[in-house]
Amino acid sequence: MKAAIRVDGLEKHYGLTAALRGIGFELGPGQVCVLLGPNGSGKTTLLKILATLVRPDRGVVEVGGYDVRRQGRLVRNIIGVVGHQTYLYEELTVAENLRFYGRMYRVPELERRIREVAGLLGLEDRLETRVRALSRGFQQRAALARALLHDPPILLLDEPTTGLDADGRRRFGEILADLRTRGGTVLFSSHAFELERDWADRALVLSAGRLVFDGPAAGLDAGVLAGLLAGRGADRVRV
Amino acid sequence: MGWIRRLEWLDLLGILTGLSLMAGLYFALVYAPTERLQGPVQRIFYFHVPSAWVSYLAFFVVFVASILYLWRRSAFWDRLGRASAEVGLVFTTLTIVTGSIWARPIWGTWWTWDARLTTTLILWFIYLAYLAVRSYIADPNRAARFAAILGIIGFVDVPIIHMSVVWWRTLHPEPVVVRAEGPALEPPMLVALLVGLAAMTLLYVYLLVHRVMVEETRDDLQLIRQRLAE
Amino acid sequence: MSGFDRLAALVAKDLLVELRSREVAYSTLVFALLVLLIFNFAFELRVENLQALAPGVLWVTFIFAAVLALSRLFAAERDRGALEGLLLCPVDRGTIYLAKLISALVLMLAVEAVAVPVFIALFGLNLPLGPLGLVAFLGSLGFASVGTLFSALAAHTRTREGLLPLLLFPISVPVIIATVKATGGVVAGEPWGVTLPWLQLLAGFDVLFAGLSYLVFELAVEE
Repeated sequence: MKAAIRVDGLEKHYGLTAALRGIGFELGPGQVCVLLGPNGSGKTTLLKILATLVRPDRGVVEVGGYDVRRQGRLVRNIIGVVGHQTYLYEELTVAENLRFYGRMYRVPELERRIREVAGLLGLEDRLETRVRALSRGFQQRAALARALLHDPPILLLDEPTTGLDADGRRRFGEILADLRTRGGTVLFSSHAFELERDWADRALVLSAGRLVFDGPAAGLDAGVLAGLLAGRGADRVRV
Repeated sequence: MGWIRRLEWLDLLGILTGLSLMAGLYFALVYAPTERLQGPVQRIFYFHVPSAWVSYLAFFVVFVASILYLWRRSAFWDRLGRASAEVGLVFTTLTIVTGSIWARPIWGTWWTWDARLTTTLILWFIYLAYLAVRSYIADPNRAARFAAILGIIGFVDVPIIHMSVVWWRTLHPEPVVVRAEGPALEPPMLVALLVGLAAMTLLYVYLLVHRVMVEETRDDLQLIRQRLAE
Repeated sequence: MSGFDRLAALVAKDLLVELRSREVAYSTLVFALLVLLIFNFAFELRVENLQALAPGVLWVTFIFAAVLALSRLFAAERDRGALEGLLLCPVDRGTIYLAKLISALVLMLAVEAVAVPVFIALFGLNLPLGPLGLVAFLGSLGFASVGTLFSALAAHTRTREGLLPLLLFPISVPVIIATVKATGGVVAGEPWGVTLPWLQLLAGFDVLFAGLSYLVFELAVEE
């Protein structure tokens, strides 16, 4: 089965600082993978490279079988991205934001899809509210709605549960499970490892730009994680 | 290229530049005959015109370096562009100042909106804009990219600016009869001008090379600091 | 052109955001009217010198207003990282440029459309609206073509409004000269043969620099 995400020998430098070195892994369809690591370990950089927002310096990076450098537009069609910011226009309502992005992605039957996605995230009553009037939690839900609007088979999410309340987190978990059964792939970074580990089948751990763990999420508990992150430049552990 | 050999080559260039500058001074101030209409002040012409030539040459180099940087993304082209802009700004200032000094006794005014001088003034501002882009933007890669964009747009624009200024000038009659570049050149004057041209160009190259080397050294130092910190 | 629907969506979004906040339109318009007012005190515009000074007065007003509008062009995108959101869409970066160009142009023309009648009312000089409109369109397009690109560059600086005029003014000198000259010709009722070369210069500038900016825009917004 073709890999949904394939990375091999990925390197990225910012000026003279190395953000990512020698990263390699594969994610297949129907896999939900959690990306862990301390601040500055390169999680956001990796997600941005996969999302075609940042160019890699070296290495193979393929998303959905498409090369991120040369087939960026094709990649963007099949990915849903949540970043540190919500990507929403404050002055517009949730519905207007979704309508705009829906037109950019050429989502068919847009109005129906907007209601559908709003239903998934509990935004039905907030569709006509301006984004700037929403609480942080609901803004994050709207950001997730934006990412899911065009029903992408691959999700790249950078700390997607930031600001979500219990209901929001529950809905998010359901969305992940649903995507998994439909053969989609999810890579999401997390800061709340204990809470979110159960959502994932696999885990990748980054430390100082290197991949130090690649295996089942179940094989990772707080102790192992702390140990991995303590050693600098630890050898990769493949389970 | 070992640094020893490079040092020798630079020394040679330095000596050559120094000699040509002295020759230029001699040709401009002694060898060339005094111009009948304007008197000794006209000798500024031998500095003014070569400076102007270098100002535009330097911007052409910025243009080429900008294109090559965007194509190749190698730090060398970025350094070359920045260095040429800095040296070019100096020569442009020199052009404007010598033009002004020349204008005062001849035309009784510090400035004339002559087409070439006006275009050079605008070029001065474009240089400034190019360097401002570098200073104002924090990320060095982005700064280099943006400066390169401006280098290309600026250079393409210069002939258009000149054309529009010339058209504009034709509606404002020249206040004086004497043309900006002076009278027709007798052979000794032409020689003096060419010597001046060569001297200024050599000076430009010499300063350019040094400036690029300073940037290289600065980047190397940063690299060493980085490695030590790890 | 297959990207036309996306272009329309982008422009519609920009105009909707502007309509909602009305921030840029109002401040730019008020600014333009204030500049006209200041000119009145600065130059004591009397009927005799009015015809000669009108093109300059109008265009200094328009230029400063344009800089104000252009410096805010990417403001909505700076909030909440919406520019990154745009870059994630499967859309050509050049299309984003065109959409912003159109939005800027619409805003500038709207302000000019209000400022001109105010000028006529305040100073009592009758202006030929048709030909003036053509000059205003070509001139505004000239500013907007490079101004949109430069606005994207300046958006990355801390002193956001500082860099844009520094870049825009020297580069747009041909536009400034040509629009003032053409406006002068139109106001004085000169035959078309006098004004035409300036309009051709403007049109040439517009095409050349809009094209160049379109090609280069990707470098201004990515990474």
